[in-house]
Amino acid sequence: MAVRVQREDFDVGAALAELTDGRRDIGGVASFVGLVRDVSGDAQVRSMTLEHYPGMTESMLARIEAEAKARWPLDGTLIIHRYGRLEPGERIVLVATASAHRRHALEACEFLIDWLKTKAPFWKLEDTGDGERWVAAKASDDDAAARWQAGASDDRAAE
Amino acid sequence: MRILYFAWLRQRTGTGEETIEPPPEVRDVAGLIEWLKGRGPGHAEALRDISAIRVAINQEFAGMDSAVAPGDEVALFPPMTGG
Repeated sequence: MAVRVQREDFDVGAALAELTDGRRDIGGVASFVGLVRDVSGDAQVRSMTLEHYPGMTESMLARIEAEAKARWPLDGTLIIHRYGRLEPGERIVLVATASAHRRHALEACEFLIDWLKTKAPFWKLEDTGDGERWVAAKASDDDAAARWQAGASDDRAAE
Repeated sequence: MRILYFAWLRQRTGTGEETIEPPPEVRDVAGLIEWLKGRGPGHAEALRDISAIRVAINQEFAGMDSAVAPGDEVALFPPMTGG
């Protein structure tokens, strides 16, 4: 279980290997990597700057990770989130989960990124050709996070 | 009391952090925001639309009716956009 908030880029292969090195009981690792896109709405994005709330960011990510661990039988999780100025194509975030069975790893991975987007104190500032603008929160992200409210994973399991 | 501002709240108020001593009648977040508006035109503009503002007290999410006390760290910010 680990949370890292950093300015530097990360190596996805090395990060995933960390979860499984020396282990023989893990059946699968699921991961999500978020990247900076060059288009936002109808504007070209030259760069994106991520601001966060040092201290609260780390504690919220640890709490989200603990929630995933309470809901699924996980053998390891890793969250790496960058801040500072990033250009299109650069990695922003990595979420990875390891479990004996793929379904648990895949579900927990999706949960982590959905919750992180609405509960971790990060804010994106885009630099477009026409100047800078703060990215607005999306209702679809709230809906995605709300799917995972208490009981939602049970409903999915019953389907 | 320590007030932190993030994203466009930081830009519009012109500060990321300030230490203040609100009067005793300021008891909750809504009252605090109302009082902070009086600190200058930047603050008044940044804090005009309370529905666009989220709050954390001592690094825990809170609501507009949550109580504030001397010594608290109160952060004001827009809805989050990480990931």
